[in-house]
Amino acid sequence: MEQYTFKKKSRLVEFVGEKIIAICAFSAIISVLLIFIFVFKESIPIFTSPEVQQEASVGKMTFKQTYYEGRDPKWSWQPNSDVPKYSLLPLLVGTIKVTLVAMLLAIPLGVGAALYTSEFASRKTREVIKPVIELLAGIPSVVLGFFALIVLASVIQNVLGLTFRLNALNAGVALGLAVVPIIFTISEDALTSVPGSLREASLALGASPWQVSFTMVLPAAVPGIGAGIVLGFGRAIGETMIVLMASGNAAILSASLTDSVRTFSATIAAELAEVVFGSAHYNVLFFIGSLLFVFTFIINLGGEVVLNRLKARIQGNQ
Amino acid sequence: MKRVVFALLLSLLVVAMVNAETTITIKGSDTLVRLGQRWAEEYMKSHPEVVIQVSGGGSGTGIAALINGTTDICEASRDMKEKEYKTAEAKGIKPYRISVALDGIAIFLNDSNPVHELSFAQLKGIYTGSITNWKEVGGNDARIILYGRENNSGTYAFLKEHVLDDEDYSDYTQTLPGTAAVVNAVSKDVNGIGYGGIAWAKGVKYAKVRRTDKDTAVLPSIETVSNGTYPISRDLYWFFNGQPTGALKNLVNWALSPSGQKIAEEIDYIPLPRELADKNMVK
Repeated sequence: MEQYTFKKKSRLVEFVGEKIIAICAFSAIISVLLIFIFVFKESIPIFTSPEVQQEASVGKMTFKQTYYEGRDPKWSWQPNSDVPKYSLLPLLVGTIKVTLVAMLLAIPLGVGAALYTSEFASRKTREVIKPVIELLAGIPSVVLGFFALIVLASVIQNVLGLTFRLNALNAGVALGLAVVPIIFTISEDALTSVPGSLREASLALGASPWQVSFTMVLPAAVPGIGAGIVLGFGRAIGETMIVLMASGNAAILSASLTDSVRTFSATIAAELAEVVFGSAHYNVLFFIGSLLFVFTFIINLGGEVVLNRLKARIQGNQ
Repeated sequence: MKRVVFALLLSLLVVAMVNAETTITIKGSDTLVRLGQRWAEEYMKSHPEVVIQVSGGGSGTGIAALINGTTDICEASRDMKEKEYKTAEAKGIKPYRISVALDGIAIFLNDSNPVHELSFAQLKGIYTGSITNWKEVGGNDARIILYGRENNSGTYAFLKEHVLDDEDYSDYTQTLPGTAAVVNAVSKDVNGIGYGGIAWAKGVKYAKVRRTDKDTAVLPSIETVSNGTYPISRDLYWFFNGQPTGALKNLVNWALSPSGQKIAEEIDYIPLPRELADKNMVK
């Protein structure tokens, strides 16, 4: 009898405990949903209100516009002008340029460092490298941005002889530094969790350590590394403080990496504080927020699908 | 021990409540924020019953806060736009404007730039993007690198209205958060040009400015702004919701008094001429 009540009580505790952690899990889903609904709701007038559409319809934000009679049509972001101009193309191109530079820098650095630490480094070296790279993740982005604004920009300008001190390259490099630790940490986990039997079998067949790590371990860890890259991309496209400080924030439509750029996230950060609630400008900024949300969602989803396929193939149960 | 800590906390709370009888929030222009802070410090020394919180963010931010009813005083380095007056009216806010100091907008050039003076027409050309090389205004054969402020800045709006004749800034204008960042960028960029309040410039040189080719170019300084010879000058405002009364009235009249204006001068702002300051006081 004693035992029975004890058991029952413990089951109740287990039941409540399970429900509590379930709430923890679902709270994330609920907050993502609520945030998206709120952000998207504020951008709805772009699609419904004729008043807002006069200044900023989807067509006006996408295509070349003639703003003044007798002047060439152009893509321009000048929301505070007498004739407000809300072309998103310069901002989109700016965002892509900065993200591209950051990923081109962070992927080889992060994956290379992870491969070295997990496969080649001695235990001692590993114990130095890992915490130091993880420390890089702990640097606040405002500090990284300030460093890029004051130091990095001058170095890059002097080395390459650039016209613009603050540009996509500068912001991208600083952003890359913020993304490296994300890719490194996840890749390193993926590489070390490749079963030892794979390594041993390859070595027994006469493969060199380099062959083992490059042709066996690295491909086996690709799904994990891919997940790290996807996460890193999400950070890069959404990061605000670094680009706000280091990119120059000029909304120029060009393919050059050495021109100054204005990104989606920096635009929201710089302009949201002063807009009048409910104005077209306000709605456009929330529309940009929705776009950012959709981009990261698509990348995450696409990454997940591709990585699952890869995983299935590697495990041989297609 | 616990009881002592508790008693301490309680007394702190009581003290905080007593002291917080009057809280005044001031928000707005980054150009004015330093002056607002110094005034607040001095005023709170002689009036311990008043707590003043000062924050920046830009004139646009301050005006938005006034319209949304989240600040008592809005600091602005420009007048409110007609659109903003209308929005305020619709929300039942009656903006009351008082000029509290003067400011000149200085044009910053790198120390090594051979250009020393610019006319309004040249400045307009440079900032709208029709003049892109320094040799067109008598300098080196090098691209002009434009630095400016974000579009919530009163300085941005003032220059656009008074020098650019309301045309857009060139797309190539790099916008930086705050005048300090602009000054820093120009000091590091030989071909850079920037603008900002004259209270801010350290480490760069000012350009002499003339309105038309006939005028003589004038360097911005306290004298040239207050006597009106420097052409890019403006009033710095405090906006209230309705004519200020009580603590707000005391504060603004103190700021306009000789001791308030003296503090402004000490930290490189330009005081109002005495008779104008007297006229601006709230009766």
